[in-house]
Amino acid sequence: MIPYVLKRLAGFVATLLAAAAVTFLLLDALPGDPARFILGINASPEAVQALRLQLGLEAPPLERFIRWIGGMLQGDFGLSYTQGAPVSALIAERLAVTFPLALAAMVISIAIGLPLGILAARRRGSLADTGLMMLAQLGVAVPNFWFGMLLVLLFSVTLRWLPPGGFVPWDENAWGAIRSLVLPSFALALPQAAILARVMRTALVDVQSADYIRTARAKGLTMGEAVWRHGVRNALLPVLTILGLQFAFLVAGTIIVENVFYLPGLGRLIFTAISERDLILVRGAIIVLVVGVTLTMLVVDLLYGLVDPRLRVRRASR
Amino acid sequence: MSLLEVKGLGIAFSGRPVVEGLDLTLAPSERLGVIGESGSGKSLTALAIAGLLPDTAERTGTILFEGSPLPEDEATMARLRGKRIGMVFQEPMSALNPLMQVGEQIAEAIFLSGDRVGYGTQVLALLDEVGLEPQHRRRYPHELSGGQRQRVMIAMALASRPDLLIADEPTSALDLVTQRQVLDLLDRLARNRRMALLFISHDLKAVAALCPRIMVMQAGRVVEAGPREAILGHPRERYTRMLVGAARFRIHTLANAPMGDPLFTARQISRRFESPSLLFLPRRAGTLAVDAVSLTLRRAESVALVGPSGCGKSTLARIIVGLDRATDGTMQFDRTVYHGSDLPGALRPDISLVFQDPFGSFNPRLRIGASVSEPLRLLPDLDEAARRRRVADMVEAVGLSPDMLSRYPHQFSGGQRQRFAIARALVTRPRLVVLDEPVSALDVSVRGEVLALLHRLRADFGLTYLVISHDLDMVRALADRVLVMSAGRIVEEGRPAKLFEKPEHEQTRALLAARLPEL
Repeated sequence: MIPYVLKRLAGFVATLLAAAAVTFLLLDALPGDPARFILGINASPEAVQALRLQLGLEAPPLERFIRWIGGMLQGDFGLSYTQGAPVSALIAERLAVTFPLALAAMVISIAIGLPLGILAARRRGSLADTGLMMLAQLGVAVPNFWFGMLLVLLFSVTLRWLPPGGFVPWDENAWGAIRSLVLPSFALALPQAAILARVMRTALVDVQSADYIRTARAKGLTMGEAVWRHGVRNALLPVLTILGLQFAFLVAGTIIVENVFYLPGLGRLIFTAISERDLILVRGAIIVLVVGVTLTMLVVDLLYGLVDPRLRVRRASR
Repeated sequence: MSLLEVKGLGIAFSGRPVVEGLDLTLAPSERLGVIGESGSGKSLTALAIAGLLPDTAERTGTILFEGSPLPEDEATMARLRGKRIGMVFQEPMSALNPLMQVGEQIAEAIFLSGDRVGYGTQVLALLDEVGLEPQHRRRYPHELSGGQRQRVMIAMALASRPDLLIADEPTSALDLVTQRQVLDLLDRLARNRRMALLFISHDLKAVAALCPRIMVMQAGRVVEAGPREAILGHPRERYTRMLVGAARFRIHTLANAPMGDPLFTARQISRRFESPSLLFLPRRAGTLAVDAVSLTLRRAESVALVGPSGCGKSTLARIIVGLDRATDGTMQFDRTVYHGSDLPGALRPDISLVFQDPFGSFNPRLRIGASVSEPLRLLPDLDEAARRRRVADMVEAVGLSPDMLSRYPHQFSGGQRQRFAIARALVTRPRLVVLDEPVSALDVSVRGEVLALLHRLRADFGLTYLVISHDLDMVRALADRVLVMSAGRIVEEGRPAKLFEKPEHEQTRALLAARLPEL
């Protein structure tokens, strides 16, 4: 198990470095002057030169890259040009919204998707199965911002149970903060839950015809018991892979959903930063997102090793 | 009262019958062997007795267990299985849950049999009874060999002290040495525990070794049933006579084998596989699959390379035909020196390989004609008409019709496919043919035919054979000379008759001891 973990950790660090290098190259070292890009074409040459000095663009690219990485390791992401505040503070403030949002969406999609997938697989061919899979098809097809608007119509406009948008900061009213995150989390989670349900159903249907299920039944279990005790854990393996990939889509989804619900989250921060050409802020936010996604992949990989003994390093076979 | 009584059993899938009018009875501690080819309905019969038929199957007739019909209710049937009926299946690779230690899986079977106390010691006792070590209980299935997994399966089947053990092809996926061990184990356990045994196999020898009563099945019906001596000695039905005949290999070695000059020589061939390096950790020493092997094949000679699974014989074959490269040593074919994958293109038509699995070795999306003519790409000088003639001649030589060439692989039986595989190997008119277990994936009834065909082709085309196998009966039927391989080395060599009479090396003796008694 230890070599497996070491290998995954090394892969994690390598991925982060590669992502950082790509981000740096795309935004910084490619032809064209970042300072001029930030200031726009009408800026005076003096202003551009001043900004170049302020951003440290005179130094060679490799040195700048190393300085950038070193700075981030100490928590220094640079100064946002448009907001005049440290990028790290801006991101931290926004993460307090986006992180709970993504986490809640993930939990909700698992809580909805897996049981429905299991139910559909156990009742394969029944009305419940057909109905659930049609719903799942719909869930995959309909975009999350549309879900968001429908949810607002029902729960805020008609029933008046939850706020239609905006965010109450945590330190002001934690209950209010949670309430303002409920609808966005569901809007984000539903399409993911639909995908999860489909994957879980397929995996479990495959598992039901596996030889070890027949063995388990031969031992004296009914089909249902055999699937529950031996099938589900095996079927979770493909589901885990999808979960890891889904997190990246969830994060991308927050950008849209935060805009629909007027949430001051990381997604909206990036959205504004891009439209205001704040490259420093964009760069820092991208790295934070990359860390989040890669970290999820790492967790998934480690879980894989925990669930599947075949992935751990083989003991001597005799 | 009989333990098991089946009357007029019929099984159908969407109205199409696959088993019809099947009767059988089994007294307590009696043994019945069911023999038949794949598709004869013998496995479905076993599943029906255990109440494990797929939901899509329609069952008719009655099955009485101790005089009462099998319960309709799924849970009651499951408990009956758990307490009274043990089952062992064919697939040792996939029949165990890959995510669970085997000890836990055995413990579950004990628990389900109603024993809720002290199953830790019972697991150990069961492991001991099937010949496994106590530490094996903490292993996962992938950490065990095929034979060990089959022992785990048997331990699970025994956990409930069943009155009836159903073994469905329990040894077909195992190599011969392991097969013999598992058969002996089943024999001993059934005797000690006074279990009734329903033993299902396509291997008449295995059935005859274990069961005093035999039932022959073909196409869903019972052809013939009776005591072992009657079935083997005086088979009444044509099909039974054919099965019995096929189980007795005729010896095909040429009386005066034409020993030509050396065609192929290997000098000190070794192949080392490096284990993948782990990050930060030093590379561990690799395994030496082939260890300084030297051998010579003379023109028109048939040489067998025998040894247990994992002894390196297939790796050696891959090196000889140029699919892999030796890490040390050289080989010479005719006058050309090579090391394996550097075999020159001009020589490739001269060396062919016939694979073990006639199902996996054909691309399912290609017409069989396209697969058979594919090696002719090695002979670019042939024009289209000559190519077609070559393929047609070779297909006729293996006893099939050229009309079949436009069909797809799944439309043929295993025996027909192996004939096509042989035609594919011979279409370039090679001088050396390497046959890797050429008949072990085939039903016993067609093995004899394929062996006779190989023998005839060898005489007609003056071929040199290198036969890779662990099946000594097949080897004796086909080879002039035998090389015994063990742990990557050739440990003994000789003519089959002499070697089988006076085996010197312990590996040869082990292989000989694993043979089932002659019919």
